[in-house]
Amino acid sequence: MKVTINQKTFDYDGDPAMPLLWFIRDDLKMTGTKFSCGMALCGACTVHINGEPTRSCQLPMSAIQGKQVTTIEGLSKDASHPVQQAWREHNVPQCGYCQSGQMMQAAALLSKNADPSDEDIENYMSGNICRCGTYPRIRAAIKTAAGKV
Amino acid sequence: MTDTISTSRRAFLKRSATASGFTLGLTLLPASRPSAMFADTSAGDSLTPSVFVSIHESGEVEITCHRSEMGQQIRTSIPQIIVEELGANWQFVKVVQATGHPKYGDQNTDGSRSIRRNFDRLREAGATAAYLLRAAAATGWQADIADCEVSDHQVVHTPSGKKVGFGKLVAVAATLPLPEADKLALKPRKDWQSIGKPIRSLDIQAMTSGKAVYGQDVILPDMCFAVIQRPPVVFSSAESVNVADIKAMPGVLDVITLPAPEAPAMFKPLGGVAIVAKNTWQAWQASKSLSVKWSEHANAVYNSTTYREQLLATANKPGEVVRHQGSFSQAEKQAHSVLKAQYYAPHLAQAPMEPPAATAVVTDDSAQVWTSVQTPQAARQVVAAALNLDPEKVTINVTLLGGGFGRKSKPDFVVEAALLAKAMKRPVKVVWRREDDLQHGYFHTVSAQALTATFNQQNQVTGWLHNSVFPSISSTFDPSANKPSDGELDLGLVDTPFAIENLQLERGEAIAHVRIGWMRSVANVYHAFAIQSFVDEIAHHTGKDQQALMLELIGPDRHIDFAQSNAKYGNYGDPLESYPVDTARLKNVINTVCEKANWAQRHKKGRYLGLAAHRSFLTYAAVIIEVEVDKSGSWSIPKAYVALDAGTVVNPEHVKAQCEGGIIYGISCAIGQITASNGQINESNFHNYLVARMPQTPVEVEVTIIDSVAPPGGVGEPPTPPAAPALANALFAATGVRLRELPIPLSVKRS
Repeated sequence: MKVTINQKTFDYDGDPAMPLLWFIRDDLKMTGTKFSCGMALCGACTVHINGEPTRSCQLPMSAIQGKQVTTIEGLSKDASHPVQQAWREHNVPQCGYCQSGQMMQAAALLSKNADPSDEDIENYMSGNICRCGTYPRIRAAIKTAAGKV
Repeated sequence: MTDTISTSRRAFLKRSATASGFTLGLTLLPASRPSAMFADTSAGDSLTPSVFVSIHESGEVEITCHRSEMGQQIRTSIPQIIVEELGANWQFVKVVQATGHPKYGDQNTDGSRSIRRNFDRLREAGATAAYLLRAAAATGWQADIADCEVSDHQVVHTPSGKKVGFGKLVAVAATLPLPEADKLALKPRKDWQSIGKPIRSLDIQAMTSGKAVYGQDVILPDMCFAVIQRPPVVFSSAESVNVADIKAMPGVLDVITLPAPEAPAMFKPLGGVAIVAKNTWQAWQASKSLSVKWSEHANAVYNSTTYREQLLATANKPGEVVRHQGSFSQAEKQAHSVLKAQYYAPHLAQAPMEPPAATAVVTDDSAQVWTSVQTPQAARQVVAAALNLDPEKVTINVTLLGGGFGRKSKPDFVVEAALLAKAMKRPVKVVWRREDDLQHGYFHTVSAQALTATFNQQNQVTGWLHNSVFPSISSTFDPSANKPSDGELDLGLVDTPFAIENLQLERGEAIAHVRIGWMRSVANVYHAFAIQSFVDEIAHHTGKDQQALMLELIGPDRHIDFAQSNAKYGNYGDPLESYPVDTARLKNVINTVCEKANWAQRHKKGRYLGLAAHRSFLTYAAVIIEVEVDKSGSWSIPKAYVALDAGTVVNPEHVKAQCEGGIIYGISCAIGQITASNGQINESNFHNYLVARMPQTPVEVEVTIIDSVAPPGGVGEPPTPPAAPALANALFAATGVRLRELPIPLSVKRS
């Protein structure tokens, strides 16, 4: 099968049940998308499938045929997406491990909702865990990026 | 888009190439008497400041960060200290992550001590380098060194305004003798331009672009991937394994039974069955078909439900006294009233977002490991021992850590990678799954505490009894350890800061059945939970305001003299002369946080606030959490307040972030639990191990950093201990329900 990731097309002939995460990380060696729970419980592996935020650790390769996959490496060419800029402006990352997933989730939120309320942000982001506790800064950064996506 | 892995590999290669290129450069220096400052050549146990700084003829300043980066931005704050004294320009500064080696001194990134234990020596390292550059310029100009100052990567001759760049001075400076210590004038505080400034994390660009490389992200040519099914009960072992079935599965390269350890657990791998495959998924898939017969082990008796009862029963019996003053029994006899309460806190898992991972390459006479570890020297030692190699032949390359919180100070997973790489004769990455992390960790201990306060007729506290019972971290290193260690009791029990006439602090026996280990703030977490909750209970019992009561209990401004109460106090390994237990500073953070949160007006405004304060890691922290509870009992936190007195602060922005994150980690401590049935851990992933998500955390955290000239205290851990009691106290204010046992449910209905 052919899969399209960050607008590049790749051939895949492995197990169609393998989650996309492992194709991205182990086969393509793109490690911006993180492994943390493997059960779609934490959001560290979030990518966009046709623009929808999706947990790649539970998404089988068979499900992405004909779809556009975007990873953190493809969110912008030079880390200049408004969410990435806002993340730097607010010094959001501590260890940084969950932040690819947080930014992918936040970018999807702002593409649908240009002016999210505190509650909108909480609802949309509650599937993404950060053990360093950067949540207050994530909230603030999303507000800064709002309207710029 | 370049792929991040080859970028990271290039980074590693470039790193070693730079090091060797530099050594080469040295041999070419004229009249070479290479001062240690310019070469990373010191060996053995010796530590000179020079291992932290090298300056190249290009003018590039290379600063070695010997501590692990796990979110505290140490890779920025260590260079900040050196840049200050060196007068360097950040544009020409490169940070290099140290491998594990004793020449750096202590590299254990734990105990909130990276800054406080290195502040002076890093300043001296920077000042030494600056002195040599100034001396070189003075020689060239035939000027007085006192007229030569470092500024913006140059030495400036102040009378004439002549300037010369650092790079041009390297060849001469390298030939000069190191200055005597008394010649080093450190910059006065008033002139600081780097220390105390909110300099942005040097890694933030990589972290926001997906390019930052963690232990899980290391990829080497020809590597294979391993997952390990570890024994469900600690110290049981695999008796039979369906090896042939598993080997026949897609992608599986080998199935290797790892040796089962015997007590003490130390940093040994747990054993189990490793499946090595062509990618992580294939190893993981194959593990689901594993059929292993595990041996019986006595640890299978461990059941959290019955163990809780035992711990509480022990806590309510007289314990071994570890500190006392006056006579508690006398106070109890004469008491007008008595208040008793018991507190329980379950096991927790550190659960860093990045589960442990290590990648190793092992040859007959050497080993290279890339891993996210808090203790690179311990990793080097245990890998060397496991492979029977000279430690000098083992290189531990430290990646970024996707969180540590104490889990990654135990390098058992590094040994696993080394053993498997040796067996496979090719690079192996060991990937811990979340289930492995939660079920086979070094757990934050389970604890029970009983407290009693006695009162006179005026409702003053006359006596205080506190018995603390928990299986000790010492049991991980000494199987005979059957009670809390002195070191753990020093974390919040022995240093109870109250001026109570009759004070008695005790410990009781408890046997460990799982591996117990450090977790962020360690014993301070449950000690602060019990003490600060009990103080709030006393406030309600006596009808006093909690802030006023806390100030009354802490008593007059003083430095606590532990000898007066028959106790020795470890004080986090630092002398009480430089880091006293200073009650004035503790009261100051309480008053500050109360002022910021408008504590006194809370009732008028219908706000539900919880207050707690605790000194740990030589730093004073007070927290107020405000809760809202809806009709269903579901609580949320619109705002939290922290006041932190950490002495001198290197980077206030990082300290602020640690306060925010520290409170949130403490909220996780209050809502999560790890339990065992028949010796096996019940929780397996984030659906049944609750950690704080955005809805359980403050919408806003207001941080006040106390301006102080005291020596630096810890920062990474002190904000955590007050969080759980502040939350419990706030929920009591809102609902009337006293939460003495953790975990706190996500819904608390009004009583």
